[in-house]
Amino acid sequence: MGFLRDPITFIHDWLETVLLNWGVSVEATTVVLTLIGAFVVGTFGLGLVIFTIWLERKLYARIQDRFGPNRVGPWGIFQTVPDIIKIFTKEYITPVGADKFIYNLAPILSVSAVLLTWAVIPFAPTIFGTDVNVGVLYIIAVGSMGTLSIIMAGWSSNNKYSLLGAFRAVAQMVSYEVPMVLALLVPVLLGGTMGINSLVASQDVWYVVLAPLAALMFFISTMAETGRAPFDLLEAESELVAGYQTEYSGLKFGMFYVGEFLHAFTISALSATLFLGGWRGPWVESTPVLGLVWFFAKTFLVYFLVVLIRISMPRLRIDQMLNFNWKFLTPIGLVLLIITAVVDKLIYLLLPELSITIGSTAFIWIRASSHLIANVLIAFVVIGVLRTYQIKARHTVGKPRPVAVAPEPPASVIT
Amino acid sequence: MLNEWLFIGLFLLIVAVFPGVPIWLAGLIAPKKSSPQKAETYECGMETVGDTWVQFRIQYYVFALTFLVFDVELVFLFPWAVAFKQLTLFGVLSGVVFVLILLIELLAAWRKGVLEWA
Repeated sequence: MGFLRDPITFIHDWLETVLLNWGVSVEATTVVLTLIGAFVVGTFGLGLVIFTIWLERKLYARIQDRFGPNRVGPWGIFQTVPDIIKIFTKEYITPVGADKFIYNLAPILSVSAVLLTWAVIPFAPTIFGTDVNVGVLYIIAVGSMGTLSIIMAGWSSNNKYSLLGAFRAVAQMVSYEVPMVLALLVPVLLGGTMGINSLVASQDVWYVVLAPLAALMFFISTMAETGRAPFDLLEAESELVAGYQTEYSGLKFGMFYVGEFLHAFTISALSATLFLGGWRGPWVESTPVLGLVWFFAKTFLVYFLVVLIRISMPRLRIDQMLNFNWKFLTPIGLVLLIITAVVDKLIYLLLPELSITIGSTAFIWIRASSHLIANVLIAFVVIGVLRTYQIKARHTVGKPRPVAVAPEPPASVIT
Repeated sequence: MLNEWLFIGLFLLIVAVFPGVPIWLAGLIAPKKSSPQKAETYECGMETVGDTWVQFRIQYYVFALTFLVFDVELVFLFPWAVAFKQLTLFGVLSGVVFVLILLIELLAAWRKGVLEWA
C-alpha cells in the first residue's frame, strides 16, 4: 500500500537500505541515489518532448483543418521516433569561417538551459528533483542561459541572417526578463519563500486568484522568452531565413528544435506550479502520487493555451514588441508589486488577531478577495489609461510617420 | 542542504551528456561529404559580400544597458520579498520607495527616448 501511495519515496528508501546493507558508505549511497534521481528527471524531461512534439503538430494540424501526423502508431503518436532516426543520419554541414567550438556548444546549451529548470519543479509533494531554498532565483539564472545559447549560435555561424536573429534575440529575451522577474516577485512576496515546493505548499488559494495580473504577466513574458509566435521574430522565416539556426543541420538543428519544444512545455509547468497550485488538489495529503495527476492536468491546460496562442497570433514587429514590454508590462509590474506589498501588509496589520491563527479559513479568503479586488482595480485603471491614450492617438493619425531620409550626397561627388 | 546542491551538480553533468552524446553519435553515423560549395555561408544562393561580424545598431546596446540596471536592482528585492511577513510597516515602505525609484528611473529613461526603437 505504501508503494502505491508514494512510489518514489518507497523505491528511494528500499534502494538506500539495499546499498547500505551491501556495505556502501553513506556518502557514496547519497551520490548514487542522487545520480539515479538526476538521470530519471533528465530522461523524463527529454522523453516528454517526443510526446509534446506530436501533440503540438496534431493540434496545429487540427486547427488548420488538416490531419497532421497519422501514419506511425495510433493517431500518429510515434511519428517523432522515425523523425529522430532520420535526423540521426543527416550530414553535419559546418559553414566555412565558423567558430567551431562555440558553434558546436550552442545546440547542447540550448537543451541544457531548459532541462536544468526541471531540477526544481515539484511534480508531487514527494516527487521532485531537488528543493533548493532559492528555487525562484535558480529558475531566473538558468533561464538566461537559453539566451546565451542563441547568441552563441548566431555569432559563431558566420552568417548575417544568424547574427541578425541573435541580435533580435538579445533585445527580446533580455527585455522580457524584466517583467518575468517582476511577476515572479509577487508569489515570492505572497508565499514568503523562494523554494518552489514550499511556494506550492503555501497556495491555500491559488496565486492566480490572488495575483491574476502577475500570472498573466508571467505567462506573456515567458512566452516571449521561448521565442515562438507571436514573439518569433528572432527566427522570422520571411525575413531571416531561419534566424540563428540558419547554418545548423542534422541533429544539431534537431537539438534547437528539442530545446524550443521543451521550453514551451517548461514554461507551462512553471506557470502551473507558481500560479495554479502545482500538485495541490483533493486527496493529495493522503496519496502523494496523486499530485502527479493534478500537476500534469494543470500543465497541459496551460500548454494547450500556449499552443493555441502560437497558432492563432500573427508575428509582432520589433518596435511593437519592445514597446509592449518596456512601456506596458514593466511599469504595470512595478505598480503591481507596490500595491501587492501594501495591501498584504495592511491586511496583516488590520487583522492581527486573525493572522495569528494562519490556518483560519476566513482570514485566507479575506486576504485572497482583497488582493483580487486590488488587481481588478489596477486592471480597470490600466484599461482606462489605454483608452484615453488610444483616443489621443486616433487624432494624430493624419500626421505622417517619421521616416529615415537618405543623406544628401556631398557636392563633390558627381553621379 | 548540501545534498540539494549535489543534485544540481550531478544534473549539470546529465544535461550536458544528454544532448551532447547523441550529437556526437550522429556525427559518427552521418555521411561526411563536404565540399567548398557546401560549406559556403548560406545566403539564398548569393555569394557573401564583406565581413559578417560588423558593427550593429546602438539601440541593441542601449536596451541591454537598461535591462542590466533593472535586472540587477530587481534581484535585490528578493530578500525583501522573502522576509516580507516579518517586516514592519517601515520595512515594507522602504521596499516600496525602492520600487518607486525604479519606476521613476523607467519614466526618466522613457522621457529621454531610450525606449524608442528608431
